[in-house]
Amino acid sequence: MSFVEYEDTIKDGDTAIVFLGHESMFPVKVQHGTVTQTKYGVIRHSTDLIGKKYGSKVTCSKGGWVFILHPTPELWTMNLPHRTQILYSTDISIITMMLELKPGSIVCESGTGSGSLSHALIRTVAPTGHLYTVEFHQQRAEKAREEFREHGVEHLVTVTNQDVCKNGFGVSNIADAVFLDIPSPWEAIGHAKSALKAEGGRICSFSPCIEQVQRTCLAMEEYGFTEINTLEILLRVYNVRTISLQIPDLGKAAEDNSSAGFDSSNPSNQGSPCANLQQGTVQFKSGVPLREMVGHTGYLTFATKS
Amino acid sequence: RKIIFEKQWFYLDNAIGHIYGTTFEVTSGGNLQPKQEVEETTTETKEAGTDNRNIVDDGRSQKLTHDDIKALKDKGIKGQEIVQQLIENSTTFRDKTEFAQDKYIKKKKKKYEAVIAIVKPSTRILSTMYYAREPGKINHLRYDTLAQMLTLGNIRAGNKMIVMETCAGLVLGAVMERMGGKGYGSIIQMYPGAGPVRAATSCFGFPKCFFDNLHEFPLSKVDSLLSGTFSTETLPSEPEDNAQVGEESNGLTDEKQISLQDTEEESTTETAMEINQTDEQETMDLNAEDVEFKENKEKENKENVREKQRKQWERRKKLIEAAALLREKNADGLIVASKFHPTPLLLSLLEFVAPSRPFVVYCQYKEPLLECYTKLRERGGVINLKLSETWLRNYQVLPDRSHPKLTMSGGGGYLLSGITVVLDKGKSDSGDLEALKMEEPSSKRCKVQDLHC
Repeated sequence: MSFVEYEDTIKDGDTAIVFLGHESMFPVKVQHGTVTQTKYGVIRHSTDLIGKKYGSKVTCSKGGWVFILHPTPELWTMNLPHRTQILYSTDISIITMMLELKPGSIVCESGTGSGSLSHALIRTVAPTGHLYTVEFHQQRAEKAREEFREHGVEHLVTVTNQDVCKNGFGVSNIADAVFLDIPSPWEAIGHAKSALKAEGGRICSFSPCIEQVQRTCLAMEEYGFTEINTLEILLRVYNVRTISLQIPDLGKAAEDNSSAGFDSSNPSNQGSPCANLQQGTVQFKSGVPLREMVGHTGYLTFATKS
Repeated sequence: RKIIFEKQWFYLDNAIGHIYGTTFEVTSGGNLQPKQEVEETTTETKEAGTDNRNIVDDGRSQKLTHDDIKALKDKGIKGQEIVQQLIENSTTFRDKTEFAQDKYIKKKKKKYEAVIAIVKPSTRILSTMYYAREPGKINHLRYDTLAQMLTLGNIRAGNKMIVMETCAGLVLGAVMERMGGKGYGSIIQMYPGAGPVRAATSCFGFPKCFFDNLHEFPLSKVDSLLSGTFSTETLPSEPEDNAQVGEESNGLTDEKQISLQDTEEESTTETAMEINQTDEQETMDLNAEDVEFKENKEKENKENVREKQRKQWERRKKLIEAAALLREKNADGLIVASKFHPTPLLLSLLEFVAPSRPFVVYCQYKEPLLECYTKLRERGGVINLKLSETWLRNYQVLPDRSHPKLTMSGGGGYLLSGITVVLDKGKSDSGDLEALKMEEPSSKRCKVQDLHC
């Protein structure tokens, strides 16, 4: 396993994702002699996991089964231990594209937080790029370092424990892109500018509040950034359902209904209990929005240094 | 070379030697001139009204006539000065609020001060451009949706990707950018018809080496590849076990292939295939010359144009390479974004993907993806299926004037994504549990129906 390279089989020391079904999953650290409890029973790492293929079905002690998945930054984002509020894949995807990241890019990030974005950035800039990430909280910085080591990506990332607003990123004129997710990004714009390459680069700042965005935009303009653009991206997820709607009884005789070919679009809907009734139903597939969705994560402000 | 952009024409010669991001002004001769940083010295006595209660739209606030303005333009006066004239001759300008004045100036500047910035191509720029200018050519794939695809597909250096697209090569280019070219994995592009369209791909300006590991394979041969009847021709470099199969169906497929390649040739010139590509082909021709000589002799009576033969042979070699890559059935992901119905594409192409790998399908419409979702569930071998859509909202951020710009809902298309797993051989044994786990929504559905009855 590595977060930057696919491998076929599970090895001792890997981080793997146990998929229980229905978006319910969790990460495990694969270790000889260890067991993991799930609602379908026990998984014994030595026999059930090590040497098996990623993507295979593992039968647990109670006869239930789970799938073991290769870790990716996206699966990690859904399963990582939260130490802070994190960025999710929807925002991450637009950040990655708008910052024009690719293999070989040098990126600066602050704060590291729980490392959700960090893993995605590392994935994209590998194998020749590098991530410089700054976290002012000592414990979180330590924890992030440990995770990067465990995930086999420590050679692609440098974690610095300092205050980005006061001390900057600890590098200058080497970055292709800078990302800021801190409470007062306007105080770090100057440092961001000096971290970026002399020939230019891209910057992005993530803020939940519009007041933060305004101050950031002013600061960006002051430091000569161009192409300043603020946007927001929202994800809508749909459940795929088969819906049946009953035909209302308008007092017509049953024969009329059926002769008009109106009673049911799908005559083989024997599964529905309503089919027994006199009236027909119409069945169709629908993408039903979830009852609740994420309405706001943050505003993303992008700009160019040229 | 003359280029027309936004109703203006100019030559690019003067732009050479400047760094990306430099802005230029167009002069009358169509030459570009780098624009100097203009110091905004319009801090004269700033006079402004507070509201618009006394501003009446009588159509006579601008004292300059159409002809006056045209005369100014014909004299080749700088746009900046025209704007200044317009402001001075506007009777209502002083009564407008400061914000309205700002807006007025901005609008006039846009019209009279043509400034062009030359920027480096990237997925960001090209996908935004294509969505704004030619959405039909990329099946209305909005740039934020493309960004989702790249992330959900875990596109990165070292992958072996399968891409099936009819988006002018934009999606292919985006994948290539994220994979970073030579030595960093490979891409197999599945194409419909006679050849892959790569008009947008060529806009990226990728170096030649990026095309070394780009393969293509005709969609029409997928079925035969899956069933094992794919003809690989008789080639010295080819392993023996395939040769037998090749011979059996040789007569028929050979003929077909040749005619197919003929049409391909015509269409590739039309679609402006990469210049890089032809270069690359030439270099590859060199080391393959001796083998090719034999090949030629055999077919001399059929065709005598040597050049055509060489190209044909080259294509066949690439085809066989691609087929071999696919046959390993260990791709690291599948990206589909086409004008075709996604269900059959997915059911077939997923066969080539290794377990525990992501796949993403784009469709402009939701309904085909609903069907695809259902069919994939029936097939099995996939988990974490998700049907989604993103909304994008742009903001105007100015002091005391911040608000959303425009909502782009709909039109951006839909995505169906998931992860492959090992396909169950005996499906029946786990049937009960599967029903229990996967069909949870069905119990809810029953409840709803109970209520109805």
